[in-house]
This record gives sequence, C-alpha cells and structure tokens, in this order.
Amino acid sequence: MIPGIYVHIPFCLSKCAYCDFYSVTSTKKIPHFIESILKEMEMYRGIFNRFDTLYLGGGTPSLLDSAQLAEIIDGIRKCFPLSSDTEITIEVNPGDLNRKAAESLFETGINRISIGVQSFDEHILSFLGRRHSSIDAISAIEDVQNAGFGNIGLDLIYGVPGQDLESWMNTLRKALSFRPEHLSCYQLTLEPSTPLGRKYKAGEIDPPDEDLLYEFFIKTSELLEASGYTHYEVSNFARDPEFMSRHNRKYWDHTPYLGLGPAAHSFSGNRRWWNHRCVDRYIEEVNKKMPPIEKSEILTLKQLRLEALYLGLRTKMGINLQDFSERYSFDLLDKKNVVLGRLREEGLITILDNHIYPTRRGLAISDSLSLI
Amino acid sequence: MKNIRNFSIIAHIDHGKSTLADRMIQYCGVVEDRNFKNQILDNMDIERERGITIKSQAITLPYRSRDGKDYILNLIDTPGHVDFSYEVSRSLASCEGVLLLIDAAQGVQAQTVANLYMAMEHDLEIIPVINKIDLPSADVDKVMEQIDSELGLDPYASLPCSAKEGTGVEEILEAIVHRIPPPKGDPEAELATTIFDAHYDPFRGTIIHCRVFEGTIRTGDIIRLMHDETTHRVEEVGSFLLPRQKKASLSAGDVGYIIAGIKTVSDVQIGDTITLDKRPRKEPLPGFRESKPVVFASIYPIASDDYEELAMSLEKYKLNDASFVYQKDSSIALGQGFRCGFLGLLHLEIVQERLEREYNLSIILSVPSVRYRFTLNDGEVLYIDNPAYYPDPMSIATSEEPYIRAAMMFPERYMGAVMKLCKEKRGENSALSYPSPGRIELVIEMPLADVIYDFYDGLKSITQGYGSFDYDIIDYRQSSLVLLDILVNGDRVDALSQIVYRGSARERGLRACERLKEEIPRQMFKIAIQGAVGGEIISRTTISAYRKDVTAKCYGGDITRKRKLLEKQKKGKKRMKMVGSVAIPQSAFIAILKSDNT
Repeated sequence: MIPGIYVHIPFCLSKCAYCDFYSVTSTKKIPHFIESILKEMEMYRGIFNRFDTLYLGGGTPSLLDSAQLAEIIDGIRKCFPLSSDTEITIEVNPGDLNRKAAESLFETGINRISIGVQSFDEHILSFLGRRHSSIDAISAIEDVQNAGFGNIGLDLIYGVPGQDLESWMNTLRKALSFRPEHLSCYQLTLEPSTPLGRKYKAGEIDPPDEDLLYEFFIKTSELLEASGYTHYEVSNFARDPEFMSRHNRKYWDHTPYLGLGPAAHSFSGNRRWWNHRCVDRYIEEVNKKMPPIEKSEILTLKQLRLEALYLGLRTKMGINLQDFSERYSFDLLDKKNVVLGRLREEGLITILDNHIYPTRRGLAISDSLSLI
Repeated sequence: MKNIRNFSIIAHIDHGKSTLADRMIQYCGVVEDRNFKNQILDNMDIERERGITIKSQAITLPYRSRDGKDYILNLIDTPGHVDFSYEVSRSLASCEGVLLLIDAAQGVQAQTVANLYMAMEHDLEIIPVINKIDLPSADVDKVMEQIDSELGLDPYASLPCSAKEGTGVEEILEAIVHRIPPPKGDPEAELATTIFDAHYDPFRGTIIHCRVFEGTIRTGDIIRLMHDETTHRVEEVGSFLLPRQKKASLSAGDVGYIIAGIKTVSDVQIGDTITLDKRPRKEPLPGFRESKPVVFASIYPIASDDYEELAMSLEKYKLNDASFVYQKDSSIALGQGFRCGFLGLLHLEIVQERLEREYNLSIILSVPSVRYRFTLNDGEVLYIDNPAYYPDPMSIATSEEPYIRAAMMFPERYMGAVMKLCKEKRGENSALSYPSPGRIELVIEMPLADVIYDFYDGLKSITQGYGSFDYDIIDYRQSSLVLLDILVNGDRVDALSQIVYRGSARERGLRACERLKEEIPRQMFKIAIQGAVGGEIISRTTISAYRKDVTAKCYGGDITRKRKLLEKQKKGKKRMKMVGSVAIPQSAFIAILKSDNT
C-alpha cells in the first residue's frame, strides 16, 4: 500500500462537450499555477514515507512545455521520497504532440503516457468537441512509440449518440493495431453540467439504450480479452498485468493518495479532502500559505465499507473477503450469504479462495452489485 | 339568536372555497394580517397540497353589517370527498344556509350539483356565488345561464366575486346576513346539540364541535351522549373565534365547542346528540349513523425494528381520527403489523401519508380489502377482511360480499359510458330518473369491492368531471369468491393476496402482474411475478434484470460523489420491503388494484 501523487493541471485550449473535469481555457495563469503548485507540495512535505506513482492529469497537461513539466516533477522529487521505479504518467492530447515534444517528455522521466484518442471516427470526434483529428492521434501514437515510451495507454469513448457498434469496433480495431500497453474504454457519461448533458436533458440527443450499451461493453471486453488484454477494471484493459495502471488501482483499493492542484482529491486512509475548484482561489489560498482545501470528510467505517465494496467490485481482482472483514469489520460471506449465492447462480460473480470476483456480466452492473 | 348565521361553503374542487374562506376571515378581522396564512382552514399540509378539505373546521366571524348591527357568522367548512360524505351531511345539518361556489371559467361541475342536492336535502338557503370573475376566461353570463338551467336556481340571486382579489366579499357577507335565516330553537327547551366534528387537543382532550338546536349548555352541566349513553361534566364551552373563546354557555342556534374531559375522539361519535343528564330529551336528533370502516388493509413498518414506534404512532394518530380502527396483525412476508379499517380509499391514503409525514415512519400497506362473509359447512359465520384468513375453500358453504347502493348524477350524454362502467363493476338493479332536463340520476347496486378502488376516479374520468357519486352500504349478497395469490419469484407474498370475484379472477390476476411490473424497479435478477388461484397459475410477467449499470469513470474525484449517490440509493432501497431477494416499493401494494384509466 504505497501511496501515490496526483497533480491536476487545469488548463485546456477548449472544453470538450462531454467533460466535467475542472479546467479553464485561458493559459495565462500557467506560470502562477506552477509557482503555486510548488508551494502547495511544500505544505505536505513528509506526509507519507514513500510514493511510487505520480500522475499528471487534467485538464490538458500536455499544454505545459517539457521544461514546465520538469519543474513540477523536480519539485515533487524534492518534497517527496519517490521509489526508484515510480510510475510517472501524463495525459496528453493528440493535437499537442510531435516527435520532438514526445522526446522531451521522455527526458523528464515520465514513463507512461495516456493519449486522449477517444475515437478514430471524425464524426464522433467532432460530436465530442475534440480539437484533434484521427490523423493527429495516429501520428501522436507513433511519435510517443518512437520516442521510446514503453507504456502507452489510449483513452477511447463509446456509447456516443448516433454511434453504432460497427463504428465503435472499427475504432477499437484501429487502436489494437498499435498494440498499446493499455486501453481505457469509457462509456460516454452525459454529465448534467456539460453541453452534451444539457442537450440530453433538452431531448436534443438520444444516447444508445441500455441493451446496446451492454452490447458495447461485452463486445469490447470480448474483443480485447481475445486480443490478449486483461479486463482488469470496468473501463480498463492491460496488455500484460505489469501494464495495469499502478496509480489508478490505488483509487480502487483505498490506498492513500495526495492530490495537488485545483479540484484535486486526496485520501489518507479514512479522511478525504479536496481543493478549491477554481484556479484563482487556489492560487490565492496557497499564496496566503493556506492549504487550498475546499472541504474534507472523515469517512465512517460504514462509508469506507460501501466504498470498498463498490470500488472492489469494479475490478477483476474483486474483493478479498478476509482483507475486507479485517479492514471494514464486516463478514460479507456470512452477512450477505443469500444474495451472494443468487448472484453466483446468476453468473454475476464467482466466489473462489475467499475472494469475490465479478464476472464480465457482473462488471457491467457493478454499481447495483454494490447495493447488496 | 336573531343575529346568528350558520353557513357552509360548498364547491367543486378548486373552485376557490378555501380562498374565499380566507378572504372572509381577513375581512372580519379575526386574524391579524401578519399572522395570516393561506388556506387557514386547511391546516394540514395534505389538505393544502391536495386542495381538499379532510376534516371539518368551524370558525366564528364577528361582522358588523351595513345596517349597523353586529352579527355572529359561523362558517362550518366541510370535507370534499365521498369517503367523508356522512361528515359533510352532519355539518350541513348544522347550518341554515350555504354559499354554493362556482368557478366563473369552469362553470357548474359535478360536485356543484351533488353539493347542491345535499344542501337541498337539508332545506338550506342557497346563495350561488360566481368566483374567479377576474380570470380572462371568466364567462359570468354562461355561468348564470347554467345556474338557471342546470341548477334550477335564480341566476339573479347569484353574487359575483373574486376571492383572490377580495372583490365582492362584503356583498357575500351582507347576503349571508340578510338571506340566510337566523337559527330557530328554544333556549329553555331540553338540550339538543349535534356533534358535527371533534378534534384532539393534547392539553384538553377531545374538543367537540357542535351546534345547539334546543336548550342551553353551561359550564358545569352534566351532559349525556345519547347514542353512547355516557355522561360527562362540561369543563368549558365557547365559540370558534381565533383563538377559541370561552363562554359561559351555548344556547339554541349557537355553533361552538364543548370540552368535557373526554379522553379521545373515539369516545364521541359524529352525529350523536348531546343532551342534559338531569333533563334529557326524549329522542335524539335525526340523522345519526354509526361510522363504520369499509376498507381494510394492514400496515407494516418497512424496517421491522420500527414496529414499536409504529404502535405508538398509531395510538397517537387514533386520538384524532375516530373513524380509523386498528388491531395487531402479522404477515409471513412483511412481519409484525396492524390490521386497519378505513372509511374509504382516500381515507386510507390520508392515514398513510399522515403517518409518514407527521410521525416520520416508513410503512407498507397491504392490498386493501372489503369485509366478506363466509358461512362454513358447520354453520359457523366468519367475517373476513384479511385475505390471510381466507377459509379453506373446501369448508365454505356460502360466500357473500357487501353491496352498495350507488347514486350518481351526470349529464345525459355520458349515460352509455357510465352504464358500461357500472356493468364492468357488476352493477345490477339500476333505476334512472331525470331530476332536470339533460341530467340523469342513476341509482344502481354494486359490490363494494369493485367500487372502493378506482370506480370514483373512473366515473370522474369518463364524465369529464361532471359525474357525482355517493353510496350507502345495503347488504351482503351471495357471490362466488376465490383467493388470488401473487407469487414473486415463486414465493407467495401474503400481503399481496386479494379475495376476488371468481369471474374476474383472471383479469385481476393479469392486472396485478402488470401493475407490479410497473411498480417494482428493475433489479440485479430477473423477477418472475405470477398470479395464482388455488395453486393454478393464471397470469405471469417478468421484470428483466439490469444489464448495464456502472459508472464509467471512477477516480480520485469521483469516489465521494459516487458513494453519496449509492448511499442515497441504499436509503431508497430501505424504503422498499425486501421479500426474499426482491425489493418491493410501497406503492406496489396500493397500485395492484388500480386499473388502466387511473
């Protein structure tokens, strides 16, 4: 259980129509932001003994040049003891990359790249409000591969209104042709606060129905597993167990993490806190030498238990019953015996060696599974 | 006595009764404006929300007329639903006149007519009031024409008003003074007082709302409730000013209250006559009817830990609702609970809502039933209102169900549709009359079981609101009955069982399955719902399982948000009853009998 660090870089050149992550479209504040994030990390110096992941997410971290990124990474190294094999991930927008930029990124010590491809279908890219083309994505993938990155992940989206299974499978096959180490396949979520969410509420767009979404999900899993990938979390696939995102897995098993930057979330084991969702406010607080925390919560055992249940059931590793009972004082097998039996009969979970594993069909309804 | 006026306001729903009452109260200055709250007489949240009056209310308005004299106007507000028609009749019996309120835009409606007839039965002076004349769609001329042709009243006797804007209120108050006759009666005669309502006060016990017809009642008198033959010492009498005002006595013609150390409202009966113990009246006032529950259902707490709390809440609730009765009961599927009796389905829904709101309980009601009568082979007679106690079919010699005589009034053009509805509900022995041109009164006998649920709603819907309905229970009639069971994933859920007429069993079984399919949310498993009679499956449906229900992204910032969502869902699930592995929502138990058109 070695903790991880997340850095939120809240800048985008334009907002995508579906995204509700926090970001601003003006890049003016980038220098101030970097100053502040360096100050914020000082505040947490000594918080944990060791870290073994660093994740630069956004926003669009690739809007920062490699010198700016190096400044952040160096700052982190000064404040926190990083393991020698630390996984350092950056999210990049395909439009921001070229061969040279990819090489500079590699030199900063970043060893994992997550590329926001989303689709190889131009109609879908434009529907989603992406500012790059599929050609951009292809050359970005080639550039990072050529720059020497050995752990590349592609992010894709399915279940877009108007998208049929065929279009999605084409995108998926195209992605597979690059043999990426990692694939994230997200069903489009129509968040109420986004332009697409508002269109949906107004009845202007018609997302695929549940049966079709189920088809997308199952077909994706089948194709990728047949291609040698492990479906290790609802939306995540790794070409080999070593390529499973070490950082993201911390979120799913209650490993502590420190989040830096506006809107970033941190977790200590029983406390979760999050920063102001506003760059200006964030900078202001940090300059006042105040932790820029908007709110924090202490989780009760019951809340931790519910989280552990729903997070665990999102992953192929499922729930280790003994571990669960020790950490959350709850004997699942004993207390939920009847319903677990039914879920097993229905082929939604398997229970083996004191573990509950969701099956593929189980993963597809893992939110409901956690309400047992 | 000559400056007392006792009156009521009667109206179709939403024609503005409560607003007019509010304006009159304000006009008479009973409540200071800063303390004023809309719909002052509808003091329960449910009444305000549903726009109906559930309990009778009375208020005394002191009014100085243009003739310079002071008058006491007693406004008795009446409930507005057929479940409470007896209570309405007692309130009207306590008045000399009514304001018949008609919406200027909607015109004469079913309840307008039904209410008019009820007022006529009591020989009341009727003052038509045309309300909402401020509306752009108001058509006063048309309404006046309807008053003439449909109600048979003098349209020129009607008064225009806008209760919302307060116009015409003074003219209405003047009309009450000058057109409604003062009460009659002899203050020296033997006491005759009718109880038209009662409510519970935590400090004083039962407060009787009454109208004195003859004689005088004073503090310290020993009174006798003629039906119950109980005696009580009068602690206080007074009038319904706001707040209540103590008086030395109430005399013939007065409307007021009596406090006499009576613990619960169940110790008095609406319509009973109060007289003096030492100088009793020979005969009670006419019109008394014992209030009997006609619809029965069991109430269970959703969480079985809440049983004690439910028991306490029912006890408290009962203090203020004499027509509600209950006793202990238990169900295999739902655990410990109470069997309860209600005046009708609206009454049942009101009790459910008030228990949830005022006592913060989560409860489930079993499928409502009427009370059946079975004669067994050995001659024993059983009254069964709970399907759980349905006797062994082999032991039944005869089965009978309660019948009602329904009286409906509606425009002639709906005759075909209404007759069809009545036939579907097994109506028989119908009689028709034409009280006025174009208007039909249909009297028909029907089994109560077919009427309690959606008959009234169905009638309103097919007559577009122009049909009025009232009923009396007449007798038990022989009927072929069966027990319809509902199986959820193969398990019988006793609280969903119903006793039904054999001829309708199949159709009822289908309907129950369909309703449950609509009410039970999709779950992780496929749910099979079956209707069965005597072990034979007569209907079935399935609720397919969820196939896709998972959040796509779940990282640092999503975890708390998602947990909160799940906590909310879990809480919602707690409001459902787990039957085996299936969560059944509260609404399913009531919905099971509702038909397509409601």
